[in-house]
Amino acid sequence: MTPAEIRAAIIEILETIAPDEDLSNLDDAKEFRDQMELDSMDFLDIVMELRKRYRVQVPEEDYANLVSMQSTVSYLEPKMADLPAE
Amino acid sequence: MYDSIIIGAGMSGLAAGIRAAYYDQKVCVLERHYTIGGLNSFYRLRGRNYDVGLHAVTNFTPPGAKKGPFARLLRQLRMKWDDFGLSPQLMSSISFPGVELQFDNNIDLLRSEVAKEFPAQIDHFDRLISSLLDYDDLEQKHFEISTRERLQEIITDPLLVEMILCPIMWYGNPREKDMDWGQFCIMFRSLFLEGFARPFDGVRLILKKLVRKFRDLGGELKLRTGVSQIKIDHGRAVGVVLDSGEELTGKNILSSAGAVETFKLCETDEDVHAHTTGQLSFVEAISTLDTYPRELGHNKTIVFYNDSEKFHWERPTEDFCDVRTGVVCTPNNYCYDEKDGELPDGIMRVTALADYERWRNTNQDNYQAEKTKWFEAVQASAARFVPDYRSHVIDTDMFTPHTIHRFTWHENGAVYGATRKWLDGTTAINNLFLCGTDQGFVGIIGSIVSGISMANQHLLARS
Ligand SMILES: Cc1cc2nc3c(=O)[nH]c(=O)nc-3n(C[C@H](O)[C@H](O)[C@H](O)COP(=O)(O)OP(=O)(O)OC[C@H]3O[C@@H](n4cnc5c(N)ncnc54)[C@H](O)[C@@H]3O)c2cc1C
Repeated sequence: MTPAEIRAAIIEILETIAPDEDLSNLDDAKEFRDQMELDSMDFLDIVMELRKRYRVQVPEEDYANLVSMQSTVSYLEPKMADLPAE
Repeated sequence: MYDSIIIGAGMSGLAAGIRAAYYDQKVCVLERHYTIGGLNSFYRLRGRNYDVGLHAVTNFTPPGAKKGPFARLLRQLRMKWDDFGLSPQLMSSISFPGVELQFDNNIDLLRSEVAKEFPAQIDHFDRLISSLLDYDDLEQKHFEISTRERLQEIITDPLLVEMILCPIMWYGNPREKDMDWGQFCIMFRSLFLEGFARPFDGVRLILKKLVRKFRDLGGELKLRTGVSQIKIDHGRAVGVVLDSGEELTGKNILSSAGAVETFKLCETDEDVHAHTTGQLSFVEAISTLDTYPRELGHNKTIVFYNDSEKFHWERPTEDFCDVRTGVVCTPNNYCYDEKDGELPDGIMRVTALADYERWRNTNQDNYQAEKTKWFEAVQASAARFVPDYRSHVIDTDMFTPHTIHRFTWHENGAVYGATRKWLDGTTAINNLFLCGTDQGFVGIIGSIVSGISMANQHLLARS
């Protein structure tokens, strides 16, 4: 998957977690927490969805990498690069 | 072997079940009654739909709000704001003899009412608002501070203290006379800083969505399946014995049956927590009218009334009911969507304090006679605070503490559960947890949030 595809995959996950949220204006550099008020339980859900959908494991000590879209995509890039695009 | 066994298909148990099922657990929800909903269920009688408990969904925040328990639970259950179909209240009041405070879903109305009726107290009232604990700061040690003491330090007019306590105790205080400060802060936020709303179709809409979600995710719901025992082996819960005698095994057990009720299922020798059993239960007198309440000049959503300057929040000791204080709810008086139209009937619901023991121990004939007598007394009491609707009543129903116990198995029919709360949900048995009323969050939204957070902390973390 390319970084753009990874980003699209994260957007899809965010859409299931917060169906009311308008994600078209998401600022990739800003923290999810500030833009969407996601709390630690919501992050656990993102991790769970990554595991379910792409079999990607995110160990607890790496959760800090998931703060913004930018940091999430760069963290996931090596883990998801070999996955075929959907 | 289940990953999680959840006892009770009320709001908290169903919400917990959804969380476990999202995480691909093998999970079942066991419910003794033949239907879902527990303390906030629904039924049909003589061709009309009734809600068991729904007056108002508290914690209402408008679409787009990202903070607060309601927004949080929508994300955690992956639901849309529209799924709850909530319409906000018109306006409510706290009515004492000669003085009334109106409020709606914007705190400014209540502030201006306090400024008008208690001009010397408005700064104190603002201080009260800024001293409330946030939902996230709730720890056992702050939680159990005396609310009366705390309020008297801030508000110096005793009448205003009583008027603030009245609605807040009515909507969520399990203790007699005084209230835990933590519980007060939760309830103050949920009533006054957030607000009241109602789904046009009543609580069935919310419950059906929860059940559908749970089942679609692969969760098992078993109705008419009471738990008669929680099996303990070497300090661990290993499973449950059902009323039928069948046994189920599970890695973790989460119970919404109540704390004392759950400890009794464990059949340990010590009945350590019996003294914390809640004492407060209610009767509710529900009247269907031949007209809409607004035609009688009644435009309020909820009226919390008390007939003297002192508010008494205690189990009645002298008689079956205590009708000095009560709550009148008018389900018609919400801002429903135009496409929904009007509810089919005008409805007035009045709640009063009641003594479980008396209702429980009276014989069958007398029970009916007392019901008739107290229905009249409750309505007569309410008629002092809302337009007298008694000549318009075409159908009635009433439930008592005995009814509540019979259908939810809560000790004493205590609607808000035990007098102390188990905020972290843990028990002496390391894989048995509590959620719902006795974990600390009450009400529809509160118990859903409780189910979610206890499942997150105790069921998911361990899988
Ligand atoms: C008259 C009344 C009015 C109310 N009004 C409002 C309101 O306007 N707004 C609001 O927000 N809240 C209101 N509430 C409160 C709200 O209904 C409750 O706080 C909430 O429903 C509690 O949910 P719960 O899941 O914690 O408990 P419960 O709903 O009690 O769920 C526990 C479930 O466990 C089941 N159970 C018990 N023992 C066993 C066993 N041994 N085996 C299997 N199953 C068992 C019970 O049958 C029950 O279904 C009202 C309640 C009442 C009674």
